[in-house]
Amino acid sequence: MVDAFVFLLILGAIAAVILGFSAIVFYVYEDPKIAEVEECLPGANCGGCGYAGCSACAAAIVAGEASPGSCVAGGPGVVQAVAAVMGMEVEAAETKQAFLTCTGGIRAETKYNYSGIRDCRALSLLYRGDKKCEVACLGQGTCVRNCLFNALTMSENNLPLVDLELCTGCGTCENVCPTGAIKVRRDSEKIMHFNRLDDRLAPCQQTCPAQIDIPRYIDHIKHGRYEEAVLTIKERNPFLLSCGRVCPHPCEDACRRALADDPVSINQLKRFVADYEMNTGKHLPVSVAPDNGHKVAVIGGGPGGLSCAYFLRRLGYSVTIFEMQPKLGGMLYYGIPEYRLPKKILEWEIQGILDLGIEARVNIKFGLDFDLESLVAAGYKAVFMAIGAWKYKSAGMEKEEVGGVEGATIFLERQGLGIPNPVGKKVGVIGGGNTAMDCLRTSLRLGAEKVFLIYRRSKTEMPANPEEIEACQDEGVEAILLSAPGRIVEENGKLTQLEYIKMELGEPDESGRRRPIPIKGSETLLPLDNLILAIGQYSDLSFMETNRRVKDIEKTKWNSIAIDADTNQTAIPYVFAGGDAGYGGPGILVEAIGDARKAARSIHLFITGEDMNFPEGRLKPKEHIPGTIFDSISGIEKKGRIKLSQLDPKTRIHTMEEVDLTITEEEALKEANRCMNCCLTCYDKDIKEAS
Amino acid sequence: MSDYLLMAVSAIFVNNILLAQYLGNCPFVGVSKKMDTAAGMAGGVVFVLTLAGVITWTIDFFLLRHFDLVYLRTIVFILVIAALVQFVETFLKKMVPPLYKGLGIFLPLITTNCAIFGVCIINVRKDFNFMETLVFSVTSAIGFGLALVIMAGLRERMATARIPKIMEGTAVTMITAGFMALSFFGFLGMA
Repeated sequence: MVDAFVFLLILGAIAAVILGFSAIVFYVYEDPKIAEVEECLPGANCGGCGYAGCSACAAAIVAGEASPGSCVAGGPGVVQAVAAVMGMEVEAAETKQAFLTCTGGIRAETKYNYSGIRDCRALSLLYRGDKKCEVACLGQGTCVRNCLFNALTMSENNLPLVDLELCTGCGTCENVCPTGAIKVRRDSEKIMHFNRLDDRLAPCQQTCPAQIDIPRYIDHIKHGRYEEAVLTIKERNPFLLSCGRVCPHPCEDACRRALADDPVSINQLKRFVADYEMNTGKHLPVSVAPDNGHKVAVIGGGPGGLSCAYFLRRLGYSVTIFEMQPKLGGMLYYGIPEYRLPKKILEWEIQGILDLGIEARVNIKFGLDFDLESLVAAGYKAVFMAIGAWKYKSAGMEKEEVGGVEGATIFLERQGLGIPNPVGKKVGVIGGGNTAMDCLRTSLRLGAEKVFLIYRRSKTEMPANPEEIEACQDEGVEAILLSAPGRIVEENGKLTQLEYIKMELGEPDESGRRRPIPIKGSETLLPLDNLILAIGQYSDLSFMETNRRVKDIEKTKWNSIAIDADTNQTAIPYVFAGGDAGYGGPGILVEAIGDARKAARSIHLFITGEDMNFPEGRLKPKEHIPGTIFDSISGIEKKGRIKLSQLDPKTRIHTMEEVDLTITEEEALKEANRCMNCCLTCYDKDIKEAS
Repeated sequence: MSDYLLMAVSAIFVNNILLAQYLGNCPFVGVSKKMDTAAGMAGGVVFVLTLAGVITWTIDFFLLRHFDLVYLRTIVFILVIAALVQFVETFLKKMVPPLYKGLGIFLPLITTNCAIFGVCIINVRKDFNFMETLVFSVTSAIGFGLALVIMAGLRERMATARIPKIMEGTAVTMITAGFMALSFFGFLGMA
């Protein structure tokens, strides 16, 4: 008895000594936080989080690879405890959620009849599934059966439905899905995603420069879920009120419905839900990732700068905007006239962006009040230059500096600043773009009696929105088409007449538009009091001459900032540029927004030290996924799109009141129901074919 | 030599520690859902069982028998195996990080594995010499790994199979284990 006791005691002591020494000799430093986090975890070692056991998950959380909410077995209590150890705001801890990317379901065309085992993985082994579309949801419900939390159910369309209340973002469904139709992502990961060739995208979403999920938000409208529609748009576009009013909607040109009917009035639907949000008086909250402690400076408070700030803020950055004008909004404020985009609406929209926690400083100009050195000294890790295009192009005539002749940006900026902007009785505007239309219609409202549009090609070549051209006609603008300005006639330093020459259209040039050729001897004199040049804009890059470091940024031949087309990075690594000031020069609002998100992605990857280049398989701008653009469609009834309702042209030209009106709820629902909810190849038919 | 070969065949197939002796059933059901984890666990068992078999045999032969303390075998073996696994984990973490990454999380799971303890006890009960102990430990562990990996393969296939609702999960696993054991009995008489 005694010897057994002694023996065990000695053996235990030896083991203890060996283990004690080995703990010292073989000591490996481990963050004490890992043990603390592991304490909070349930210790079930279930592996649901995707890591091998609770200790591995704790290590990943401390390393920042996993979120505090990555434990799937623990409830919200565990998330809170872990977030407390990590020193994060509990509300701010971002969670992942599952969402379905395929909308095919029962309408997807099949290659064969499958009656085997009810499992998507088994089905996908047979010729990559029974659906003709290779990335479609196979609909056997494997994800539903594998969901550990009963968050998935099968809908009547044979697609899994996610119950967001129950979904913990564990990722099991994504792991068992053989086609990748169901995905689990954080909101910040969605911001970083750009259209890919293997995504499930309708033609409209492929075309939209901001890559808004158009079919999804229209589907929300269809079912009366206006708030969800607003949030869907806000995933990719913070300017829904402005875009809903001024966007030339390239998406509608790609609308599949146009093959058998008129395109869906996508932009009017966007405006409808945007106005719905504004009329509730409250900005719908969007998710913002926890602060990551990095500061980014945005130069220029226009749509590009504000959008980039919005996306960076949502990725967790502290962003400061520097704006030279007294008001934020850039060309939306100082370029687009009140009757198209009321200042009150714009200010409300911008306030919603700033409320996310973005600091904005106005009346402060880059190159004068501050420069790159001061930004670096203040601790900004990256700079986004969205300085816009505020200089106007000359028409190449002599005496353009005489009284009465000025650039469109100057004319419209005065309007935005709210200073008196008198015009004479006869006003001429050179140019065929939206800026020219803005100048024409503004001049009318300022009291001009006769307003002339002078454009060197024909109406079909005009780059302006068709709606704007039509509105100009309605308001009594006189168009002098196929005419190029030739000479300014002045008297005592003041414009009196413009001589123009008639043109005819020749062969198409590199832009695909037919090149105008002057007709000899067709010079005509046009008496004018004011002449506005609206033939193009470029960026004011004069700061490059004064600032030492900024000189390293290169200029393009269009007088814009040279950037890498994929990453928006300039020749200075920490400086990024985009919007109108970037690479190709001025564009439309929605392009600036898409560009800003691309820049935000690059800045995020730059600061975290990752590769900024897009991985293989990105859908390039202006390209479409092969096989998704059809020649014809069947089963569609011609219903015609909703009319644009406007104020009466006779009275509206005397006020600055907004011309285009918001559609009613009834009209919106009718229009939303015209949407065929397209995907890559699937679309809803009005007439159900007998199968 | 042929004795050792026979012993190996016996340990791997005929008297498979999992399927014929029913030892170590918790990892057999617990970590056989995925091939990766099953293979990791199999590696861990080979590693620990070889060490534990040899060391417990040594302790038994030189200490317990010598001091006439054989009745303490069970408690001593448990203590030794637990301390050994703990030591190996600490050692690997510092000295062989890649191996630790591969086996790391399985080591603590093996501490309380009855298959390990069972093989150690068999070694001394059958009065094996040192070489026999080594061969029997290694081959028993291989047998364990083989059964585990086969089970993982079957269960991966079963994930896509049409299984009656009432039998999903552990139930069908136990039935499968039964069939596997039956088929392993087919080796009976070979050795």
